[in-house]
Amino acid sequence: MGVEVIPAVELENVTVTYGRTVALEDVSLRVAPHEFVGIVGPNGSGKTTLLRTILGLVRPVRGEVRVFGLPADALGPMRHRLGYVPQIAPVDIRFPVHVLDVVLMGRFGQIGLLRRPTAADREAAYHALERVGMQHLADRQIGQLSGGQRQRVFVARALAVEPELLLLDEPATGVDPGARGSLYELLNQLHQEGMTILMASHDVAVVSQLVDQVACVNRRVVLHGRPEEVLGDEALEGCYGRGAIFLAHGRLPHIVVRRHPEGETPPVRPPEG
Amino acid sequence: MFEILGYTFMQRALLASTVIGIVTAVIGVYVVLKGMAFIGAGIAHASFGGVALGFLLGLNLIATASVFSLAGAIGIGLVSKRGELREDAAIGIFFTASMAFGVLLVGLLQGYNVDLFGFLFGSVLAVSREDLVLSVALGAVVLLTVGLLYKELMFISFDPEMAQVVGVPAAQLYYLLLALIAVTIVISIRVVGVILVEALIVTPAAAAYQLTDDFHRMMGIAVGIGVLSAIAGLFLSYWLNVASGATIVLTATALFALTALLSPRRRRASTPTAGGSEVPS
Repeated sequence: MGVEVIPAVELENVTVTYGRTVALEDVSLRVAPHEFVGIVGPNGSGKTTLLRTILGLVRPVRGEVRVFGLPADALGPMRHRLGYVPQIAPVDIRFPVHVLDVVLMGRFGQIGLLRRPTAADREAAYHALERVGMQHLADRQIGQLSGGQRQRVFVARALAVEPELLLLDEPATGVDPGARGSLYELLNQLHQEGMTILMASHDVAVVSQLVDQVACVNRRVVLHGRPEEVLGDEALEGCYGRGAIFLAHGRLPHIVVRRHPEGETPPVRPPEG
Repeated sequence: MFEILGYTFMQRALLASTVIGIVTAVIGVYVVLKGMAFIGAGIAHASFGGVALGFLLGLNLIATASVFSLAGAIGIGLVSKRGELREDAAIGIFFTASMAFGVLLVGLLQGYNVDLFGFLFGSVLAVSREDLVLSVALGAVVLLTVGLLYKELMFISFDPEMAQVVGVPAAQLYYLLLALIAVTIVISIRVVGVILVEALIVTPAAAAYQLTDDFHRMMGIAVGIGVLSAIAGLFLSYWLNVASGATIVLTATALFALTALLSPRRRRASTPTAGGSEVPS
């Protein structure tokens, strides 16, 4: 990167703790605008914490977080242009709210206090639903959807923001294989359209095919580089620990586990198909 | 049959009950959906310490009750934010402490003619002109605030974290909601008392929840049930010559039972839902 551009996301020596537990330690990471970055790492390695820190939901005890050059807790209007899809949205699915209303809520920040959503806001929400292929269920109460359908609604809510930066935490959780394919295709399209995307995933196979850069997190960012550099056999072992080796079945790489370290269950992603 | 309406005290009682029926139902929708029922009960009980202190010092009871219920609301907010102690445990500690304080003070007041029972369970026929004016004014403030922040309060009830992510001031709005609950409770104490006020907050909203899966409609139905309970309960209590606060509450309970029987939610639960259409078109 020869030309000096303001990074979309920049973490400098960031440490995050929950009580006495260190979730992230001395993490530095730069994401250039329009880049698609996959964040991989074992369970509990800090992938979610990394995303939440960038969103300003978690404050680091040390280090600095900047989003488009601004401190994560003072983003100004840029705050309204962050899309986030949590791994499991912490909502009561019996809440009396319809799919389109849920998507529309994504825009409440930019609509502003004391104002009502306009026709344009509704249109943007509907369009976001179309992009995830859920427009036909716009009038359903959210509890009437399957888990995978609901997850796609939450993707639509993030897109309704028309985000500059999209953060996804295991967005394919609970989504069946067919819909998962269209979800990844959608992310690929958004990437082509110039959106900056960070996606936490343990689906290394998918990550390696979609993204420009991979960050492998295990409390620290162990590796950061192009997928073919990071997702090598020895490199990945450094991130996932000694137990894991990296296999390539044709073009689809998988992590398998050589032996289980005591008392720990390493992440396993068995080959599919 | 309605000649009773010719009396000023009954007119006041009717107006006060109606206002309270509306305000408690509106706030109740957020309380029920956000799972704050126990918080509401806690704030209500906490206000009892203020009521007793007002008596002892000869101050306006609504003013002293406000101080206690607001302090209780903010205390609960602070504890739930810091997350060091479970929220429900903290509420249990706070509200019992405030009640105990009130009981101590009431002990000191022995010999005075304290209408303790009225404050615990309500005495709508004792609503003074001053009480009524204050109730209407504060009730209007609550309704106006909810009207202005309607969509934000809905969002923080549904998904506060995402609200924060997109730049809705979720933390501040949560405190505001707690304060609105506190004010609602204070203006309701005269009519239904600190023990029973929680019923007016929770029951109409819970009944409305049985009947619809639309937020806006839930709000409308809750207000309807709240007002109906307040007015019908008041007349019933007069005709049957029984306690008004308790009659209002039991009327609301009866309406809740009815909605639970009629609930489309119940019917829906026994039929298959929207699964199966997972294949993308």
